[in-house]
Amino acid sequence: MTTVEFSPAAEPLAAKLLEPAREILARYPAGRERSALLPLLHLVQTEEGYVSPNGVAFCAEVLGINKAQVGAVATFYTMYKRRPTGEYLVSVCTNTLCNVLGGQEVYDQLVEHLGVGHDETTADGKITLEHAECLAACDYAPVVTVNYDFTVDQATPESAVELVENLRQGREHTPARGARICSLKEMQYQLAGFADPRDGAVADGVAGAPTLRGVRLAQEHGVAVAGFDPDTPITKTKPLPKDEVATKAEAAGVAANKPASDAKPAGDARPSGGEGAK
Amino acid sequence: MTQPRQEVLQKLTPVLTKRWLSPDAWQIGVYEQLDGYRAIRKALDVHPDDLIQLIKDSGLRGRGGAGFPTGLKWGFIPQGDGKPHYLVINADEGEPGTCKDLPLMTYDPHSLVEGAIIASYAIRANRAFIYIRGEAVHAARRLRNAVQEAYAKGYLGKNILGSGFDLDLVVHSGAGAYICGEETALLDSLEGFRGQPRLRPPFPAIAGLYASPTVVNNVGTIASVPYIVLGGADWWKSMGTEKSSGPMIYSLSGRVVNPGQYECGLGITLRELIELAGGMQPGHNLKFWTPGGSSTPLLTAEHIDTPMDFEGVAAAGSILGTTAMQIFSDQDCPVYNTWRWLEFYHHESCGKCTPCREGNYWMVRTYRRILAGHGTVKDLDTLQDTADNIFGRSFCGLGDGAATPVVSTLKWFRDDYLGYIEGRTAPRLSEKSLVGAH
Ligand SMILES: Cc1cc2nc3c(=O)[nH]c(=O)nc-3n(C[C@H](O)[C@H](O)[C@H](O)COP(=O)(O)O)c2cc1C
Ligand code: SF4
Ligand code: FES
Repeated sequence: MTTVEFSPAAEPLAAKLLEPAREILARYPAGRERSALLPLLHLVQTEEGYVSPNGVAFCAEVLGINKAQVGAVATFYTMYKRRPTGEYLVSVCTNTLCNVLGGQEVYDQLVEHLGVGHDETTADGKITLEHAECLAACDYAPVVTVNYDFTVDQATPESAVELVENLRQGREHTPARGARICSLKEMQYQLAGFADPRDGAVADGVAGAPTLRGVRLAQEHGVAVAGFDPDTPITKTKPLPKDEVATKAEAAGVAANKPASDAKPAGDARPSGGEGAK
Repeated sequence: MTQPRQEVLQKLTPVLTKRWLSPDAWQIGVYEQLDGYRAIRKALDVHPDDLIQLIKDSGLRGRGGAGFPTGLKWGFIPQGDGKPHYLVINADEGEPGTCKDLPLMTYDPHSLVEGAIIASYAIRANRAFIYIRGEAVHAARRLRNAVQEAYAKGYLGKNILGSGFDLDLVVHSGAGAYICGEETALLDSLEGFRGQPRLRPPFPAIAGLYASPTVVNNVGTIASVPYIVLGGADWWKSMGTEKSSGPMIYSLSGRVVNPGQYECGLGITLRELIELAGGMQPGHNLKFWTPGGSSTPLLTAEHIDTPMDFEGVAAAGSILGTTAMQIFSDQDCPVYNTWRWLEFYHHESCGKCTPCREGNYWMVRTYRRILAGHGTVKDLDTLQDTADNIFGRSFCGLGDGAATPVVSTLKWFRDDYLGYIEGRTAPRLSEKSLVGAH
């Protein structure tokens, strides 16, 4: 990949994205670079907000595969957008549970309020709306996310409209459980596998009441699992692999270049037998 | 709201959820103070085979839905074969109702990293991947941070804690496709292809990622491992039932007063869980529920005392699945709900096999017609017939999952269908939905 000559279609993206693309490829074993395709497709969305023909060309040329192969993958996954997107992607879960708890009304209200339908973007380029399938937060139903971060829990048509108005007016809106809101393009950078560059964003968001309900109940009533001893020994039937190697080497009369005693002792003072701690 | 009784409260087993109470447990320093990275020291001090035996002895079964014995799965990895081995953690959580893995990764990400190190050591893998659902961005943020912290402390990388064991761990985000939770589709996706299931055999243990021996395990499975390494197999088995050992995170959603995550020993009943959750919402009576996500046959109010372990739920004709319990009442309509699930399966069908691709297409349309008030009794036969032709004839579990709510609602709630057909129930969908506009 070091000597890729980019086509005119891919060249502008390559000028900006070649460095991070290289970092992505390095995560996978040599010869298995194709594994980088999903993160690379997220990466091209950081620039373009969707997977454009140029984005497809860039991915194909970086990986040395053809554009049809990239296109087949890009069209398979919901998070790769085929048209330019807004600054914020607002997703309303309308899968069954959220749906019957009010998610459908929330979605319908946003359709009416914003004047756009599924996978469409407002004229001001601020908001792309979509209905989503179960977002793995049914205990907070119905849920609304912004750029995939959980932003409104137990959403109502009113709270959802308040959210989109805040986004459109550039007013701050603190997400219910996700990190502070960024742009969709910035989020794509994280999806490509990079750390959130914003200071403090990892710390954002606290667990909501539903997440903690069971464990709080246990705490309040002093319920704990008895008999937990972290020093409970593990039954040892074999020496550690590295000691095994050393033993074999010695047995074969090979002059080990390291004395066996150099290795960490296989066991500490604890008995290696199986008698339980209790 | 009624207070749960003391004997029911005693069924709570806060193990995997315990650190969630510490808001900063996602930071490595705090995690270490709470028994964190203690298990890897113990684990790296024993032979990998002894670790596999420990997991076998604990009776740990996969938390991803199928309940396969974890130690057995690890033991299938051929050793001394000269091939690289891989651990792939399935963090694609997308089964409707399932919401236990995301909080775990968000509030206690290091427990998954630590579990990954131990599991990799046991199966002799030097590379591990966490395939996390794309939409799970905050969980991924915390996980990536945790991985970085673990490298900085020498828990990942070369020669971990002087053991001679090397491990690289990569957090790989998906891109929005439920089917990628199916383990072989996940592997294809991780290799950079469309996420479509593979023919089995060969199983991943023989030819998984990059055609090499691979263990695929769920987040909850791997996060359980450090606790077993610390507390031992006997302690683990002190929770749950004989064949379904250990604690399980039950995810309650829907018509209960306090939806949320309740970690209890396997084998607790829905009645007890509802009690923990403060009862049913006022004015709601339990009508139907999923024991483990929408792909598991629905159960009804008469199953409220079914033990929620692998055997108990199977005996009731369903599947424990991911213990994703969506609870619906007499104010919810099983026909409408099934339609909405089918829209989901239809959307998520990968298109590889005909029964699932075509069957879901037609079933969705039949449901729309029934819910718009244009259904006929014959439609019910068509639905049953279609579902029967999908079930067991599909290439992967998604097709079976789609047929499941159809078959179970036709079985338990035929009269609710007839309500729309005979005009006793007001239509729920408009004419517009019949032309396929969605
Ligand atoms: C359609 C479909 C979706 C699935 N989604 C998930 C998922 O999101 N997470 C998961 O862990 N397992 C999922 N599974 C199950 C996996 O195929 C696999 O059994 C599991 O990851 C094995 O891990 P375990 O043994 O630790 O449970 C899914 C299966 C099917 C058929
Ligand atoms: S059952 Fe559905 S999801 Fe599974 S392989 Fe067939 S078409 Fe794809
Ligand atoms: S159904 Fe909406 S989060 Fe699960």
